[in-house]
Amino acid sequence: MNGYAGKILRINLSDHTYKTENLDHEKALKYIGGRGLGSRIMAEEVPPTVDAFDPKNKVIIATGPLTGTPAPAGGRYMVVTKSPLTGTIASSNSGGYWGSELKFAGYDLLILEGKSPKPVNIFIEDDKIAFKDAGHVWGKIVSETTSILAEEAPDKAKILCIGPAGENLSKISAVMNDINRAAGRSGVGAVVGSKNLKAIVVKGSSRPKIADSEKLKEVVKESRGKIKDNGVTGQGLPTYGTAVLVNIINEGGVFPTNNFQTTYFDKAENISGEHLAENFLVKRESCFACPIACGRYAKADEIEGGGPEYETIWAFGAACGIDDMKSVIKANYWCNEMGLDTISAGVTIAAAMELYQRGKITDEEIDEGLSLKWGAADSLVSWVKKMGRREGTIGDKMAEGSYRMAEHYGMPEVSMAVKKQELPAYDPRGIRGQGLQYATSNRGGCHVRGYMISPEILGLPQKLDRFAIDGKAEWVKIFQDLTAYIDSAGLCLFTSFAIDAEGYAKLTNAVLGTDFTQEDLLEAGDRIWNLERDYNLKAGIDPSQDTLPRRLLNDPIPDGPSKGNVTRLEEMLPKYYEIRGWTEKGIPKPETLEKLSV
Amino acid sequence: MEIKVRLFATLRENRGKELMLTLPEKATPADVINELDIPKADVAILLVNGRDGDFNQELNEGDVVSIFPPVGGG
Ligand code: SF4
Repeated sequence: MNGYAGKILRINLSDHTYKTENLDHEKALKYIGGRGLGSRIMAEEVPPTVDAFDPKNKVIIATGPLTGTPAPAGGRYMVVTKSPLTGTIASSNSGGYWGSELKFAGYDLLILEGKSPKPVNIFIEDDKIAFKDAGHVWGKIVSETTSILAEEAPDKAKILCIGPAGENLSKISAVMNDINRAAGRSGVGAVVGSKNLKAIVVKGSSRPKIADSEKLKEVVKESRGKIKDNGVTGQGLPTYGTAVLVNIINEGGVFPTNNFQTTYFDKAENISGEHLAENFLVKRESCFACPIACGRYAKADEIEGGGPEYETIWAFGAACGIDDMKSVIKANYWCNEMGLDTISAGVTIAAAMELYQRGKITDEEIDEGLSLKWGAADSLVSWVKKMGRREGTIGDKMAEGSYRMAEHYGMPEVSMAVKKQELPAYDPRGIRGQGLQYATSNRGGCHVRGYMISPEILGLPQKLDRFAIDGKAEWVKIFQDLTAYIDSAGLCLFTSFAIDAEGYAKLTNAVLGTDFTQEDLLEAGDRIWNLERDYNLKAGIDPSQDTLPRRLLNDPIPDGPSKGNVTRLEEMLPKYYEIRGWTEKGIPKPETLEKLSV
Repeated sequence: MEIKVRLFATLRENRGKELMLTLPEKATPADVINELDIPKADVAILLVNGRDGDFNQELNEGDVVSIFPPVGGG
């Protein structure tokens, strides 16, 4: 089989057995791989109403057909499962080197089933699979776990693990790989933790077969050229990483500050990408086969590690009213060590700060020496550690994510989340298409299900008026569908600044020997989107949840360049449902599912 | 009239972060980049008072012009 490894490794954690199965090629081509194929298998094997922590829930770790090939930035894998945070289907994406290594070991997907009676690690070396006791690494932070297991593993093996947060079933915990890359969102780490699985070590010796190597060489050269020539992927991301967005989003007055109470942070310069590059950057980092190398590696005092990314800087920075870059770098580092999603962790602290501001959290509840005042940079790292270990009254509540914490205090509206998942770093009141995207995202609050920032702020592939309503539903659909394809192919979304659907079709065809057109790829994305939607509806996620926090719908931005605006979601949603081929109520019509043969 | 110009990322090199320019009435952002010797091709995003700007729009006293080279995503 070209591109695909052709095999699935099915692991039963309850009795520590495994079997390999052949990949159904036809199904794979229909759902591509990664997120799409993982979701298809979830739909077939895991009842949508299952509790996320029930052993009947499965974790599907899925590479795409381009993972581990020379296609640029083709090192991604997806963790697909039922989310404990949102109750939706989750698929969280990570880069680094682990995903390609799994492919080299000969597997497209791992399906993790059941629950181990005791903490366990899985070692995979091609067709040798071993289950080993994980007692000695259980409770350990990610870097320690990784170095201990590296000693036990074959040379150059790649390591994926959860941190204490996943073990403690934090609903905002991540799956980590290569120490600082995260399949961050939707609490996927906790599902792995609920199965008593600490780590998967993998080493592989084969390479995916390529249908037309000569052609691929040519197309890779062409797409690498496009990446290099593109201002964003050729200069912006390599020089400043994602953090360069701090100033631009702030200048537009859409940089959520103090938990989205305002949208312009007057101290943004202190947490900007420029400031990071000048004062804290040690080196750049890259994922497998990626010419962009957007990754940062930063140092603050004794702490040194991967990141921080734009979203993280914002979540621990402006969202909490904090302008101290050192504290942000350290909080990011400790999130990675605890195995926490940085966006959700920061936004949850911001929500706690607002609950404190409104008198819901009282001084008596707060651990000694810590603060929940806006701008309390000195407490940031402690809150992250407490959240990861569920320590103290507040730390334990934070581990549940902002929604459940705020609900406990009787003010769920303080949680800046969609479908209980924390929103990222763009205020949708001043970026209307992004607002529609947030509301309709199949995994709740998320920017990478359709990055409308690209046309609405960055002007790529063309500039859209960010306050306009007309045409946004159509754009959101195309972005969502193309992203679903990219996530399924095993590529990094950042390539899409430079490569268009046609470029992806060329790469895919050279690897797989298919003759996909760009329309075919978008149709596959549409199919995947509808499959996820269908799963969510069956899981009881009502279309009424296609909405935004009240503040973003009702309260106009109080000041700054985007002053006076609300999201106007209700003006875009009906059109979106219509072009999706869904009923007015947001249910996919039978003919839509049939047309896409979901 | 006085115009505040804010520069970002690589555009800061040899120019600084924030400048006050004195320009004749009816000056435009095109005049601003001319004055600062910034090639048009290096301007990916142009904001006037935080809103999408146009190279040929007339500026007013006290306006803030923010200029970005191509930047990345999050
Ligand atoms: S663009 Fe950044 S995140 Fe994406 S693959 Fe390259 S280094 Fe990794």
